[in-house]
Amino acid sequence: MSTSTAPYEPKTNVGRITNYVDQRVGGSGMVREFGRKVFPDHWTFMFGEVALYSFVILLLSGTFLTFFFDPSMAETHYDGSYVPLKGVEMSMAYASSLDISFDIRGGLFMRQVHHWSALLFVAAMSVHMLRVFFTGAFRKPRELNWVVGATLLILGLAEGFTGYSLPDDLLSGNGLRIIDGVIKSIPIVGTYISFFLFGGEFPGTVIIPRLYVLHILLIPAFILLMIAIHLFMVVVHKHTQFAGPGRTNNNVVGFPVGPVYAAKAGGFFFIVFGVVALMAGMFTINPIWNYGPYDPSPISAGTQPDWYIGFVDGALRLMPGVWEFVIFGYTLSLNVLLPALVPAGILFALLFLWPWLEAWVTKDKREHHLLDRPRNAPTRTAIGVAGVIYYCVLWAAASSDLIATHFSISLNDVIYWLRALFILGPIIGFVVSKRIALALQRKDREIALHGRETGRIVRLPHGEFIEVHEPLDKYKQYKLVNFESHDVLPAQPNAEGKITKTEKARGLLSRIFFEDRVAPASPAEIRAAHAHGHGEVEGEREKKAEVSGH
Amino acid sequence: MKALSQRRRHPLTAVALLLMGLLLTGGLYAVASGANEAKAQTSTFSAEDIAEGEKLFIANCATCHGMEAGGTETGPSLVGVGAAAVHFQVGTGRMPLQMQGPQAMEKPAQFNEEETRQMAAYVASLGPGPAIPSEEALDTSDADVAHGGELFRVNCAMCHNAAAAGGALTQGKFAPALSGVSDAHAYEAMVTGPQNMPVFNDATLPPEGKQDILAFLNYIDDNKSPGGAALGSLGPVSEGLFLWIAGLGVIIAFTIWLTSRSS
Repeated sequence: MSTSTAPYEPKTNVGRITNYVDQRVGGSGMVREFGRKVFPDHWTFMFGEVALYSFVILLLSGTFLTFFFDPSMAETHYDGSYVPLKGVEMSMAYASSLDISFDIRGGLFMRQVHHWSALLFVAAMSVHMLRVFFTGAFRKPRELNWVVGATLLILGLAEGFTGYSLPDDLLSGNGLRIIDGVIKSIPIVGTYISFFLFGGEFPGTVIIPRLYVLHILLIPAFILLMIAIHLFMVVVHKHTQFAGPGRTNNNVVGFPVGPVYAAKAGGFFFIVFGVVALMAGMFTINPIWNYGPYDPSPISAGTQPDWYIGFVDGALRLMPGVWEFVIFGYTLSLNVLLPALVPAGILFALLFLWPWLEAWVTKDKREHHLLDRPRNAPTRTAIGVAGVIYYCVLWAAASSDLIATHFSISLNDVIYWLRALFILGPIIGFVVSKRIALALQRKDREIALHGRETGRIVRLPHGEFIEVHEPLDKYKQYKLVNFESHDVLPAQPNAEGKITKTEKARGLLSRIFFEDRVAPASPAEIRAAHAHGHGEVEGEREKKAEVSGH
Repeated sequence: MKALSQRRRHPLTAVALLLMGLLLTGGLYAVASGANEAKAQTSTFSAEDIAEGEKLFIANCATCHGMEAGGTETGPSLVGVGAAAVHFQVGTGRMPLQMQGPQAMEKPAQFNEEETRQMAAYVASLGPGPAIPSEEALDTSDADVAHGGELFRVNCAMCHNAAAAGGALTQGKFAPALSGVSDAHAYEAMVTGPQNMPVFNDATLPPEGKQDILAFLNYIDDNKSPGGAALGSLGPVSEGLFLWIAGLGVIIAFTIWLTSRSS
């Protein structure tokens, strides 16, 4: 950029080559800009990285699998080395999956790497989203990036399910049959969509090639695009951080990308790869040879989807079978349609809309670069916990049969209890977690004002016993008092002086959200508490605080 | 032939023809179904076995099944269940029943093989039923493992799981895991249909098919999962559980380690 200094003259051959390249691609400028980007450090900030790395592992192992997988539903007789399937009639897709598992060097390992990292990919994304939710990292200016993340989660589910279906074994075929059933339960157009998707009556001969195209081309391309947007926005917005001394809304405290983070991130990639490789080398995943080729007649006990589709399967299992109506000779299968679409629909609708919902309730239009500790946003945390319980009940329902056999209880009872928990669980979870969050806040406040209880009892000359409280150091104190606490914002009249219905609803929600709140200890309160000494008696302290407050 | 053709318009011709037709079909059916019936007793029991068995029966089983094994309110009649049923139920410890419940639970066998066979002899003497399979019936040396796998997936996997790891039924009942079940007991279960299991008699599943299934079960029992630890062969649930607890757990431990030295 600067023209005042003399142009750089490289002295070595390597220097000349790099300078030649740099002058044409501007690499040093990029390194200067991006390499000095600072990222804060906290273990919860690394789940996104885990998801990214497992996606890279998926691309690598997936490419290996495409070299040997034949996505064809043409019939063949297995002639590989797995004895219990010798001569069995099956599709080329299943036969080539078996060949990958038994007759291609390293094939089974790569298949297991691919499958384990797929499970890890979605799990890491989920934990990452939970972290972002519970710390409020989705707030302005990061709302759109939250939406990109939620889209990535849905794409991950789609990518996972299409991959799960490819080997054309009994387990995945059962999964496809359920999808087919769900599609057919859509009124009027369901049958048409099913015939269109399967190229005729289920299972047909085209579904595997079609899913293959989606699995290796379209969905990964979208995921890559979304990851690019996601990371670009992270760089644009800068990373959020927890409040701390010197960490404000206007700065980022941490290490620069180059060299510390680049090295750490590179190393972490290999750690993740190592963990996945260990699991793949030591633990069986999706033993397709157990399930046999897909055939629409047999169904195995213990048939489940991979974990991330489990909540939909669980919803289907929980739904009472009575909501099937015949109207003018047409069957309306609400017993299939409702559980398949509604719980997931509610979950994802809330997920996508949450940043705007919260901003609307709080009327908070400021930028937030400091994270909330979950306890300091009790209602958000409680809603998050309710959502987690809602999800987990559906999730558990997908393994209702295994819960029944492994805990020696009746399958029917498992279903009844989970049905009740589906309604009651989120409510109980909301109330309990909100109370816990408020209690933790009160404890924080208590510690901020009066310091840590040392357990040392001192007898004063006039005979009074007191416990000595040790004041916190400034760093810890900062963390306990430096947070935002929203107050109830009642319905406001608009420019015409009217209170609209939506504004009334907002006011009501604001009351539900922030009626119970624990304000951070103010400097005045802390001064007052300290002026009084650390060994005061509870009642006296109250009085003193009141006086100083006025 | 002339005499026959002369009488072809006799009023009773139709009746006679009908009778002959019925006799023919009935006779053929009897021959055909007789061919499918469980093969006759392979091991014959002596009168002494039966007498000893009766004593054991009266001491241990009659409380529920009745003095004549005719059944009571608490236990079914055993007339016609065959020696195989006794050998299975007593041999796997399911009988004598430990307690009433959704189904009889497996436990260490209460009687030795000789006593079990004596009780089987007594029950078999009450009425014909499936016999304890002979050595040849259990011979799986020339059985087809792959065919056995196919038969298993079509007939058994919906309750016992494709990898024979067991599965849930309604109201606390369940289909047990089949690992470690002896060939004789598995065969007897197929021919007698204990608890909630349907009967797979020789008409539904010929003896060769049963042998193929036994060969398949033995194969998956003897050959551990080629992919490493099988995680109970329970499919995606145990895989998901393992990933969330062990996989993610280890990775979280690493994230904590990686960020422990900063700030």
